[in-house]
Amino acid sequence: MKHYKFIFLIALFAFSCGQQPASTENAAATEAPGAGQSAVKDDTSEPDVVRVAVGSPDHTTLVAALKAAEYVDALSNAGPFTVFAPTDAAFAKLPAGTVENLVKPENKATLQNILEYHVYVGAIREDYVQDGMKLNQVNLDNVTLNKKDGKITVNGANVLGVVKASNGIVYVIDAVLLPPDKK
Amino acid sequence: MKTHTIHRVLSVLVVLTTVVLWQGCKPKAPGSVTTGDAASLAYVPPGKYDEFYNVVSGGFNGQMSIYGLPSGRLFRIIPVFSQFPENGWGYSEETKPMLNTSHGFVPWDDLHHISLSVTKGEHDGRWAFGNANNTPRVARIDMKTFKTVEILELPNSGGNHSSPFITENSEYIVAGTRFSVPVGENTDVPISTFKENFKGYISFISIDPSHGEMKIAFQLKTPGISFDLARAGKGPSHGWFFFSTYNTEQAYTLLEVNASQKDKDFIMAVNWKKAEEYIKAGKGTKSKAKYAHNVWDESTHTGVSTIMDEVLQLDPAELKDIIYFIPCPKSPHGCDTDPTGEYIVGSGKLAALIPVFSFTKIQAAIANKDFEGEFAGIPVIKYEAALHGEVKKPGLGPLHTEFDNKGNAYTSFFVSSEIVKWNVKTLEILDRVPTYYSIGHLSVPGGPTTKPHGKYVVAYNKITKDRYLPTGPELTQSAQLYDISGDKMKLILDFPTTGEPHYAESIPAEMIMPNSVKIYKIEDNNHPYVSKGEGMTKVERKGKEVHVSMTAIRSHLTPDNIEGVKLGDEVFFHVTNLEQDWDVPHGFAVKGANNAEILVMPGETSTLRWKPLSTGIFPFYCTDFCSALHQEMQGYIRVSPAGSNVPLKFSTGKIEDQASGAGQ
Repeated sequence: MKHYKFIFLIALFAFSCGQQPASTENAAATEAPGAGQSAVKDDTSEPDVVRVAVGSPDHTTLVAALKAAEYVDALSNAGPFTVFAPTDAAFAKLPAGTVENLVKPENKATLQNILEYHVYVGAIREDYVQDGMKLNQVNLDNVTLNKKDGKITVNGANVLGVVKASNGIVYVIDAVLLPPDKK
Repeated sequence: MKTHTIHRVLSVLVVLTTVVLWQGCKPKAPGSVTTGDAASLAYVPPGKYDEFYNVVSGGFNGQMSIYGLPSGRLFRIIPVFSQFPENGWGYSEETKPMLNTSHGFVPWDDLHHISLSVTKGEHDGRWAFGNANNTPRVARIDMKTFKTVEILELPNSGGNHSSPFITENSEYIVAGTRFSVPVGENTDVPISTFKENFKGYISFISIDPSHGEMKIAFQLKTPGISFDLARAGKGPSHGWFFFSTYNTEQAYTLLEVNASQKDKDFIMAVNWKKAEEYIKAGKGTKSKAKYAHNVWDESTHTGVSTIMDEVLQLDPAELKDIIYFIPCPKSPHGCDTDPTGEYIVGSGKLAALIPVFSFTKIQAAIANKDFEGEFAGIPVIKYEAALHGEVKKPGLGPLHTEFDNKGNAYTSFFVSSEIVKWNVKTLEILDRVPTYYSIGHLSVPGGPTTKPHGKYVVAYNKITKDRYLPTGPELTQSAQLYDISGDKMKLILDFPTTGEPHYAESIPAEMIMPNSVKIYKIEDNNHPYVSKGEGMTKVERKGKEVHVSMTAIRSHLTPDNIEGVKLGDEVFFHVTNLEQDWDVPHGFAVKGANNAEILVMPGETSTLRWKPLSTGIFPFYCTDFCSALHQEMQGYIRVSPAGSNVPLKFSTGKIEDQASGAGQ
């Protein structure tokens, strides 16, 4: 836990000196009258949840998925968001080829649904979390939070670290959350 | 010779044509670089008029602003709930009573929503209404003078957010409380007794059809939840009103978490015709309540505040058939009825879908008692029984929906920062455009009426960031205008707005412009201190009060020399503008005034109170550049010690000191 926080701090620091995360992603959109909020040039403000993810060396898969699902701008907006951010290792635990398949344009809706299952509109701080608490995620399905001896899990996935962002909170988790099958 | 002339004319024509063509190829404005002909679509040439008046709430400035569409030009800020030193609103003696409440003088409020008066569901151009969110009130603005002419306080309300939405023939505007509060004799209760003691009240405010005066017709006692937004039924649903609610969890702390526990809150459907029947049958109960009713009298140019002491109330938990709840996903915000009156669009602001309810189905569900249970004694209709359908995955965080004249809806999405166009009947998503950034309300001209004017949609955004040249941490608000005349929405203009606009309405210019008042007739001025000519000016002492009845006309104030005021006196400058000419206001200011200036329109009388704190000579002057000799429009008032025997005297143009030669 502590270890992760440390990495994140370094990542945040490194990021704050760096350039904008989404500038390449939005290069194609510059023909439009303006890119979304992710393209705002601002190296002073506290990073938002997207910049936190982009700044982390352990979330390259998540960032790629957010880009493929076109959620970079939405998550750069005012929020507030609680984002459960699976690490690259968590994505790697999925059956081989799953991620490659999901980021294909024809699977955008499925990918969006999965990502929306990782986002709650509202900032749930660690100290607000109660054992058994349910959060109705952006995709309208619930996740269940558990808290035992100060350790938080979400749908059984372990929370490895928590990073406060300007527009919400990022919980780093060790598994990808899969929405329940619809009847 | 003749050929030569023809040649010369031709060559001039060729040059002219070339210039015209060349000008035509030049970019019209910097904005046109972004989207083709955007600039020309929003361009109103110098001296030409806009197509629409855009009446915009000022949010935390407590005012209402008037813009033009499509140019986005700001024409006027109308002071409503907040003091406005620029013209003396809330500072002048005449306007102070307009801001009186049961809590005393309240100099600021938060104006969120606009309703323009309607007849048969269509704009009639008579009045604009606005709500005060903080100290619950509603205001009426006369669209002939663009002046706030009435403010009515709402008792038993914690915060008037769900307001001032209007019925099809301007029978009522409504006011629903955003914060439920304990009411009645004992309000000193623990906060934790929320469920037991806190109540929500909905006021139905009747509008006099001929002169517009407002009156609380009745209040509905409703459960202690939060009422967010509302819309009246129309056409077949006329006689009903729909309110969105949140915090049906009845949380009283950390609502951010605790008011988002349930998957569904409610849309509350109110059968107000049924409420009227109960009142006729004598089922209403009169309840004690203290609230202010402030009315502007145009003949005396003065506001009068009356403290009222009772309201008529109905309890829908006992009087069945007035209200019904319909489950609606996740803290619904907007609750908008389409132009046909058949569809009610709920917008669960934390949900990623838009439920659309059918009035016909709601009626059938009520008739068949298709209820899933009760909430606080009120029947809850089954979600599916009331539902026309859902717009699936339209975007994130739907807030508000407006309509065009072609059966389409436009919904704003705060979280994903976009406007999504969809078909009301088929629920099919037709188009989406980003907004910059994080849109709140949106407005289509005539959008809430039975006959939308269509053509444009304006996005009122909550975040500005890098849209304009930065001005430090505090930025202007950002609005965007989209052309919606084609299949696809097209961004044509960015424009900054003052205050923090929430809702706005737009009305065709021709419905307002011909009625706009140019001057107040001096002969109709019945102000007690009016001077209808310079010969009628005077200075009177009434104990410690000195009343100066003064006139202003290009380019002098009468009187302009005043002596005999003593320390401890209060001076009232009653300034009458004698001009009877369009757009020649005079202003008045005196050194050391602890309030503001006053701006006096032609034919009007306005009063500035001034209490000097030291002796000496104090200049006063006209603050509105009125003429070539505006700078000479000034005077002096002398303040002597408390016990002095300087006699009271006043004059203009009288030269007393013949010896020194000064002034000759």
